[in-house]
Amino acid sequence: MSDRVSVAKTYKLYIGGAFPRSESGRTYPVTDTKGRFLANASHASRKDLRDAVAAARAAFPSWSGATAYNRGQVLYRVAELLEGRREQFATEVADAEGVSARKAEAIVDATVDRWVWYAGWTDKVAAVLGAANPVAGPYFSFTVPEPTGVAGVVAPQDSSLLGLVSVLAPVLATGCTAVVVSSAERPLPAVTLSEVLATSDVPGGVVNVLTGKAGELGPWLASHADVDAIDPTGAGPLGQVEIAREAAATVKRVLAVTEDEPDWTARPALTRLRHYLEAKTVWHPMGP
Amino acid sequence: MSQWEYAPAPESAEIANLKQRYRPFIGGEFVDGSGEPIRTVNPATGEVLAEVGTASESDVDNAVRSARRAYERTWRKLPGAERAKYVFRIARLIQERARELAVLETLDNGKPISQSRDADVPGAAAHFFYHAGWADKLEYAGLGPDPRPLGVAGQVIPWNFPLLMLAWKVAPALATGNTVVLKPAETTPLSALVFAEICLQAELPDGVVNIVPGGDDVGAAVVAHPDVGKVAFTGSTEVGKRIQRSLAGTGKRLTLELGGKAANVVFDDAPLDQAVEGIVNGIFYNQGHVCCAGSRLLVQESIAEELLDRLRARIETLRLGDPLDKNTDIGAINSAEQLARINELVAAGEAEGARRWSSPCPLPERGFFFPPTVFSEVEQSMRIAREEIFGPVLSVLTFRTPTEAVAKANNTRYGLSAGIWTEKGSRILWLAQRMRAGVVWANTFNRFDPAAPFGGYRESGFGREGGRIGLEAYLHV
Repeated sequence: MSDRVSVAKTYKLYIGGAFPRSESGRTYPVTDTKGRFLANASHASRKDLRDAVAAARAAFPSWSGATAYNRGQVLYRVAELLEGRREQFATEVADAEGVSARKAEAIVDATVDRWVWYAGWTDKVAAVLGAANPVAGPYFSFTVPEPTGVAGVVAPQDSSLLGLVSVLAPVLATGCTAVVVSSAERPLPAVTLSEVLATSDVPGGVVNVLTGKAGELGPWLASHADVDAIDPTGAGPLGQVEIAREAAATVKRVLAVTEDEPDWTARPALTRLRHYLEAKTVWHPMGP
Repeated sequence: MSQWEYAPAPESAEIANLKQRYRPFIGGEFVDGSGEPIRTVNPATGEVLAEVGTASESDVDNAVRSARRAYERTWRKLPGAERAKYVFRIARLIQERARELAVLETLDNGKPISQSRDADVPGAAAHFFYHAGWADKLEYAGLGPDPRPLGVAGQVIPWNFPLLMLAWKVAPALATGNTVVLKPAETTPLSALVFAEICLQAELPDGVVNIVPGGDDVGAAVVAHPDVGKVAFTGSTEVGKRIQRSLAGTGKRLTLELGGKAANVVFDDAPLDQAVEGIVNGIFYNQGHVCCAGSRLLVQESIAEELLDRLRARIETLRLGDPLDKNTDIGAINSAEQLARINELVAAGEAEGARRWSSPCPLPERGFFFPPTVFSEVEQSMRIAREEIFGPVLSVLTFRTPTEAVAKANNTRYGLSAGIWTEKGSRILWLAQRMRAGVVWANTFNRFDPAAPFGGYRESGFGREGGRIGLEAYLHV
C-alpha cells in the first residue's frame, strides 16, 4: 500500500461556466450508502439559484440560435468526454448508489449512450415534430418547434448519473438552457458531469448545476419568472405538487411526472423533448 | 364630396329560431338544471333573447357521470372509422344549419353577421371535418405507436367565438375518443345548446357530449370534478392561472389558451395599403374581442406619420352598428361589464399621457358599443401597452431597427401571436424566428385553419389546438 495521501477535491457549484462555492457559504456532508464521508457539497441558496437562472438566460440566445448541426456536434463531444472519464464516473456512481463496480460501469455506459441518443436528436426534432400545414387558402403555413427558453430541472434523487443525464440531455438537445438541482444525497456525479461540460464545447451558462435540497430550491425555481419550463422529477410527491402550484403564477410548463422515479434504463419516449419545445406557426400569403 | 350611402341590409333575426327557454344538455337529453336560470341578452340592443337554465354542482356531477359512462360503454369501444362518421355527420349538420347558427351567434354575441356567417360557422364545420378524418388514423399522427384517449374532457370556453371555440374543443376530443362536458360562456350559451340539438340529430350516443351552461362556479365544478381526466380552457390569463394552480398534483392533463398582447410590426418597405388592411383586421375584427388581436402596432419611425394618417382614414370608413346588418364592420361589445373594462383602460391610457383618437362614427343609442380607437405616443410602460384590453383599441409604438422591433415585440408577458409587414423575405424569416409567439402572420393577419396549430408561448398558455400537433392534448402517447 502506498503512503501517498490522495488529493481530495472540493466539490462546488457550476454557474455560468464557473465553479463558485455557494454565496451562502453553506456546505453539507455527502456520504456513500454505507455512511462513509465522501465530501462536503455546496448547499446552494436562493441567491445561487437566481444567479444560475440569470446565467442560463444569458446563454439562451446563442445556444438556441446555434444551428442544430452545431448543437449536435457539441453534445456529441460531451459524450466523448464522458466516455473518457468512464472509470471516475463508475467509482462515483458506485459510491453514490451503493451498486457493484460492474453495475456502476453498466450505468455509466448507458449514460453515455443516452447522451449520444439525444445528441442525434438536435437536427431531427424540426422534421419529426414540425409540419407544413395544408391550409384552405392561398397561404403557406408551416409549424416549427422552437426551444421554450430556460428550463428548471429537479434531477432524480436516486439515479445520480443516468437519471440526471436522462433529464438534462433533452433540455440541451432542444436548444433550451438549464438550471439543474442535483440529487441531494448523491450529488457528486452531477458535479463531475459539470466538469465534463465545462471542458467540452458547451458554452458557459448553458448548463448550471446546483447541489442542494430540492425541497428548498424547487419552489423558487418554479416561481422564478425567468424560468419557462420545469421538470419536477426529483422533488418527491409533495414537492412536485408545490412546484406545480408555484408554476401557475407564470403559466409555466410543468412536465407531468410520476411520484416514483421511472426506469431510466428504458428507451425514452419523445415526451421530454416535446416538453421543452413550443410549436410556432408562421403564415405568409401566396400569390403571383 | 358626396358619398354613396349604404342601404340597410339586415339579416332577419327570425332565422335564428330563438326559443324562449334553453336548457342544459346532459346524458343525451335537455334537462332542467338546478342552477339559477340566466337571461342572455342581445348586446346590440340590451334586449333579453332567452332564458337559459344553468347547471348546479350536482348537474355537473351528472354530466361527468354521463360522459364517463358513455366513454366506458360506447365511445372508446367504437372503432375509429365509426367514430369518424359521427364527427363527419356533425360537420355536415353545422353546414346545413349554417344560416341559423350565424344569426343566432350574432344575436347572442353582438358580432357582425358577415363574420359569423363567413368565419365562425364555416370555421366550426371545418374543424369537425378536419378532426373527423383523424379518428381512424391516430397511429399515423406521429405521437407514438399506441395513442389512447384520456377519458372525460372538461372544457370551458369564452364568449368571443362561442361556436368556433366549441368546435376547437369538441372536435379533437371526440375524434380522439374522449367524451365531453363543456361549459359555454355565461353571456353566450345559445349556440352551444343548439349544437346539442345537432348532436341529437347526428344520433351521437347519449352522454358523449354534455353542455352545462352557467357562470364561473359551473366552470370551476367542471374543472375540479375528480372524474375529468383532461381540462381544456380558453379565456383570461387570470382564470387560467387559477385553474393551473387548482389542478396541481391531480394528474389531470391541462391545456390553456389565454390572453395576448400581440405586436403587429410594420417596416418602412411594407406594402402600406395592405398593412393598413391587416392592422384593421388585426385589432378591429370581432370588436377586438380576439385573444390574438394585433393590439400593439409597432411601426418603423420613418413611416409612422404616413401610416397613421392612412390608418385613421381607413378606420373612418368602418361601419359600426347593427350586427345583423350585412354591411356592418364593427358590432357590439359583448357585455356591459366588458364595455366598462374597455372604458377603464382607455381612461388609463389618456391619464398616462398617450394621445387618443377615436373614429367619429356615430354610436347607436342603445346597446353596448365602442368606437374604433387608436392611441399614439404610447410608451411601453403604459397599461394600454401591457394589459390586454379585449376591445377595439390599438396602441401605437415606434421603432427604428429590426433588433429594436424584436425587443419591443417581446416585451410582454404574453406570447400568442405576432404580425410582420415587410416586402423583404429574409427579414420576415429572421423576425419570425425571434418573436416569442405561437403564431406569426407575415403580410397577413388573423388567419386560422384546423390544419394549422394554434397556441401561445409564456403567459398566453400552453398546448396547441389544430393540426397533428394539437391531437396530443387529448391523447396518452
